[in-house]
Amino acid sequence: MADAAQTVDDERLKKEGLGARLMKRPELGAIAGVILVTTFFLITADSSMFTLSGIMNFMTPAAQLGILAIGAAMLMIGGEFDLSIGSMVAFAGLIFGACVVTLGLPLILAIPLTLAVAAGLGALNGTIVLKTGLPSFIVTLAFLFILRGASLVGLKLASGGSTQLRGVRDAVEGDWLAPMFSGDAFGPVFAWLAQVGVIDTFKNGTPKVPGIPVEILWFVALALVATYVLLRTPQGNWVFASGGDRTAASNSGVPVRKVKISLFMVTAMCGALVAIITVMDAGSTDARRGFMKEFEAIIAAVIGGCLLTGGYGSAIGAFFGAIIFGMVTIGLTYTNFDQDWFQIFLGGMLLIAVLFNNYIRKRVTGER
Amino acid sequence: MTQDTTFHHGDPQAATQPIIKMQNIEKHFGNIIALAGVSFDVRPGECHCLLGDNGAGKSTFIKTMSGVHKPTKGTITIDDQPMNFDSPRDAMEAGIATVFQDLAMIPLMSVTRNFFMGREPVKGRKPFRRMDVEMMNETAVEEMRKMGINLRGPDQAVGTLSGGERQTVAIARAVYFGARVLILDEPTSALGVRQTSNVLATIDRVRKQGVGVVFISHNVRHALAVGDRFTVLNRGKTLGTAERGDITPEQLQDLMAGGQEMAQLEGSLGGTV
Repeated sequence: MADAAQTVDDERLKKEGLGARLMKRPELGAIAGVILVTTFFLITADSSMFTLSGIMNFMTPAAQLGILAIGAAMLMIGGEFDLSIGSMVAFAGLIFGACVVTLGLPLILAIPLTLAVAAGLGALNGTIVLKTGLPSFIVTLAFLFILRGASLVGLKLASGGSTQLRGVRDAVEGDWLAPMFSGDAFGPVFAWLAQVGVIDTFKNGTPKVPGIPVEILWFVALALVATYVLLRTPQGNWVFASGGDRTAASNSGVPVRKVKISLFMVTAMCGALVAIITVMDAGSTDARRGFMKEFEAIIAAVIGGCLLTGGYGSAIGAFFGAIIFGMVTIGLTYTNFDQDWFQIFLGGMLLIAVLFNNYIRKRVTGER
Repeated sequence: MTQDTTFHHGDPQAATQPIIKMQNIEKHFGNIIALAGVSFDVRPGECHCLLGDNGAGKSTFIKTMSGVHKPTKGTITIDDQPMNFDSPRDAMEAGIATVFQDLAMIPLMSVTRNFFMGREPVKGRKPFRRMDVEMMNETAVEEMRKMGINLRGPDQAVGTLSGGERQTVAIARAVYFGARVLILDEPTSALGVRQTSNVLATIDRVRKQGVGVVFISHNVRHALAVGDRFTVLNRGKTLGTAERGDITPEQLQDLMAGGQEMAQLEGSLGGTV
């Protein structure tokens, strides 16, 4: 019987080794990259790079980029791009700055308002992409310029002619929500660790690392939540499905439109979160904030294993992609290399990642 | 050739009531009349073949049946209840499942994720509601095994399966989710000989579970291999429904072609078409 013949093990199927199975994880490339980059800097860089303060040093920019990269990665898995997130950081920074400085709102109002404006713009982006059927590349490219321009114009209006809006630090001083979005967390723990001599201290006894910068906590938390959503919830399955094949997904009852628009909103809100954190950190906002970040975020997502065509990738991959980014940007200052090698390295890394991802995709789908 | 399918005497299968009944369905797209009065019904446990040449309106008709299009005229009843589908989702809820030619499968996703796409089982309470991954994996492997396919594992990507196996995943999925009527749109058109026979065997297995199968094809031999009844569609109209054994392959072939040039072609090709 045909049935009986089929139920025996297929003699043409070879057993898969651990290596082959690991290869199929989208984040493998990024983890390999982290190991490679770490080894490189362990050899070439000053040993202070891998002390606690050195690590915080490169994790801070990694976290700021990583929050964007996780949003970008989820959107890419869902099959779309958002080139406007860098400009979104500037625009959300303006909204936030205007809320706290010009309008004098407390953070409990200013932060939700900023996030809501960003979400609204994300929804607008998404709606245009889905209604017109145009590639998200071109629609969000338009918003890259619109939002950057709006930030400039808006800043001049809000600050009376300057492209910088100062006074954020004074305005948020003493706000009970401020510690969640700025400064360092776990200060007392670190002070205690310094006291018992686990971490290095300055001469006067204060620890060299006063705590974990909050953006790192946001970064880790977002990576965990995004991974959980992608791998363990129906909504995560819809994201993969929407990016993998839109028609197939909607024929199977996946609400593709809702999924994609929500992803645009989440990505934009990631931009707004980065804006809030960095503006509070710097105490001012300017129109160049987030410049080129859209590309860096997409690169981090691609290094993290996301396919440009959608339907495949991981948030943990983007997490490691962003760490690679931070390590290279900051790490080069610990070496004797010229800092400008950074861009060459970046381009090379992107090219290798894309080639590697393409190869992996062929293995996963069994294409030859 | 009987025009009317309601007069059957003594046949136990014919005695059962149709699950879905579509009468005088018309569908116009602007000034184009895609369907000009099609009647069709499906009974439980039968395989009703819908035959027709390219452009006969097969696709439009099954899209009407599966809720993608709304008919311009005509009635659809399920268990004698008039139905009005607004979306494929409505049709699915009424037990009408469609396996489209493109299969609604995503090659990069695992068999399990594809199997439950859009209908993921969940466990746990709300903010922590999550997919029941263990149950999903077990079910997918088990349902595929029932259909005669041994997966390497539940996380095997659909892209690594052959065309026939993908077809089977799509059918297994539809049956698992309680399809009463399963519409298969040209399931064998792109398959090799062996894969085709696997799919035909799957159809037979599904039929024995009491599911009504609508098998759309323009291949008379495939249709005759599993079909219980045959309806031919030509230029947007039904040319009639025939029982198995009442019609020869040649007659079917002629009906599909509109009864015209086929006779001449047949002559010049030596009866091989």
